[in-house]
Amino acid sequence: MKILRSIGAWLDDRLGISDTIMPLARHLVPPGAKWSYVFGSAAMFCLILQVVTGLALTLLYQPTSSEAYQSLQFITHQAVFGRTLRAIHYFGASGMVLLVGVHMMRVYITASYKFPREMSWISGVFLLFLTLAMGFTGQLLRWDSNGVWSAVVAAEQVGRIPVIGTYVARLLLGGDTIGGQSLSRFYSYHTLLFPGLLLGLVGFHLYLVIRNGVSEPPVAGRPVDPKTYRQWYQAMLKKVGVPFWPNAAWRDTLFGAVVILSIFGLALLYGPPELTTPPSPATINTNPAPDWYLLPVFALFALMPAKIESYVIFIGPILTVIGLLALPFVSNAGERSPLRRPWAVFGSLCVVVFVGALLLLGEQAPWSPKFTAQPLTAGLVHSSDPQVVAGSALFYNKGCLYCHLIDGHGGRRGPS
Amino acid sequence: MSETDNTAPGPTAEDEPRRDFLVKLSLGLGGVAALAVGVPVVSALLAPLLQADPQTWRKVGTLADFDIGSTHLVKFENANPVAWSGVSSESAAWLRRDSATAFTAFSVNCAHLGCPVRWEPGAGLFMCPCHGGIYYKDGSVAAGPPPRGLTQYHIRISGHDVELLTAPIPITDITAS
Repeated sequence: MKILRSIGAWLDDRLGISDTIMPLARHLVPPGAKWSYVFGSAAMFCLILQVVTGLALTLLYQPTSSEAYQSLQFITHQAVFGRTLRAIHYFGASGMVLLVGVHMMRVYITASYKFPREMSWISGVFLLFLTLAMGFTGQLLRWDSNGVWSAVVAAEQVGRIPVIGTYVARLLLGGDTIGGQSLSRFYSYHTLLFPGLLLGLVGFHLYLVIRNGVSEPPVAGRPVDPKTYRQWYQAMLKKVGVPFWPNAAWRDTLFGAVVILSIFGLALLYGPPELTTPPSPATINTNPAPDWYLLPVFALFALMPAKIESYVIFIGPILTVIGLLALPFVSNAGERSPLRRPWAVFGSLCVVVFVGALLLLGEQAPWSPKFTAQPLTAGLVHSSDPQVVAGSALFYNKGCLYCHLIDGHGGRRGPS
Repeated sequence: MSETDNTAPGPTAEDEPRRDFLVKLSLGLGGVAALAVGVPVVSALLAPLLQADPQTWRKVGTLADFDIGSTHLVKFENANPVAWSGVSSESAAWLRRDSATAFTAFSVNCAHLGCPVRWEPGAGLFMCPCHGGIYYKDGSVAAGPPPRGLTQYHIRISGHDVELLTAPIPITDITAS
């Protein structure tokens, strides 16, 4: 016992657990934050889950263009718990995108990005885009025909950048066409470059929480004044602050555990997304579509007026990034309470409805020809007249039915 | 060492230029080191821009394979596949024989966002599964979001063989609208 205690004391002295780490863990936070503050930490738990399950997947995955598909078949159908592992990584990605979105929405609605937390918002914007980039490159690593065509679609999108677009597209694919070099690049981005940036930025994001303190729950009629805010915040902490660990952190931990258990449950229940056909760009009978969290973008590309689309593909993301980065400078002080910022709440609601509607539409893809349409039966055309039956057969044979609806049968691309 | 340090005199004004030089030396040398290592690293990153991909003629069939007026999906290997490409270095084109000696070959890549278009012989149209781009028989846009028609490949007849000149995936740029 005595030896153990002295080992403990030695470690404590050399590692600075009591001197440095405990004060950090027990730093004072405003009371009353409760459950609305758990989404950021839950997104971080998802990131850790993705790093751990991703590492396990790299033990089984072959990152070469000729073998990736077979190794995924192996992971999905033969490796011990491989199916579950892939599924956790898939649902973990979904969870991370969702939680990053909810966290961002919460920060916006409670205006936590205002003075002095501008840099927290800015690093958060980069974290959002890195998370989406991880999701997209992750789908590509399945390296089935869907993955290959997703790479082509991405190349076409960056191709719309004026002047340098074609070069950027070439850089993305690793050459003029899809080939062995393409997957190597996406693999490097997904497993090394992006996670490195993500972890570094998360560290920075957390450092800023220590530096500027977590935002206090907003109260209507108590605006942020940059001149006095820091003093007021410190005085408030001294008076009513509670230690982060354990008073606030237990909620983060509990919610994080529930999120990870839910991901595990979904993974067991549904399994990973099925692979499509092998990664040959010469296989054209495929319906490329991204995973659910990128479907709104997919839908937007189909629904935008074609005349402005090329410009929107290029200018849209730039304006979005500029707008998001500018937000904490445009609106730096003043009211934080959603009760005093009805337009912010309304705007957030609009974004949710808009993205949700695009997601639903993306799921149905009514703009796509329905290649699987079956020939019309006599019952459907309400006639056994040979001429009508011949006409309905012609309607099918000529491909009309792919896009035009007859009595609920066929595609929805054109008028019914 | 520490004992002698304790008795050593503190920094003096005479040390100032020396320290200034050493700081500059450390920063400068660090910069040179970073630059030296940076060249091969950035080259690996930009490799696709530094090396041009070749183009080459690939046989896609013989004259006897294609009836006049018919449209076929032909597969071919890209110009410079690496050993680990597997099937990913394949490409496809829609090849139509217009007459005894004339062929037209369309890229399978939709001019909208690159998805593979399908030739529907009954309808006489190319249709894209992704966002519903539709093209006429001659490759011009019939409906949907594509800002331009389908790209064509060069075809030549060499003896009895039909050959296709490989080309980059056609990237639609912002001027095509």
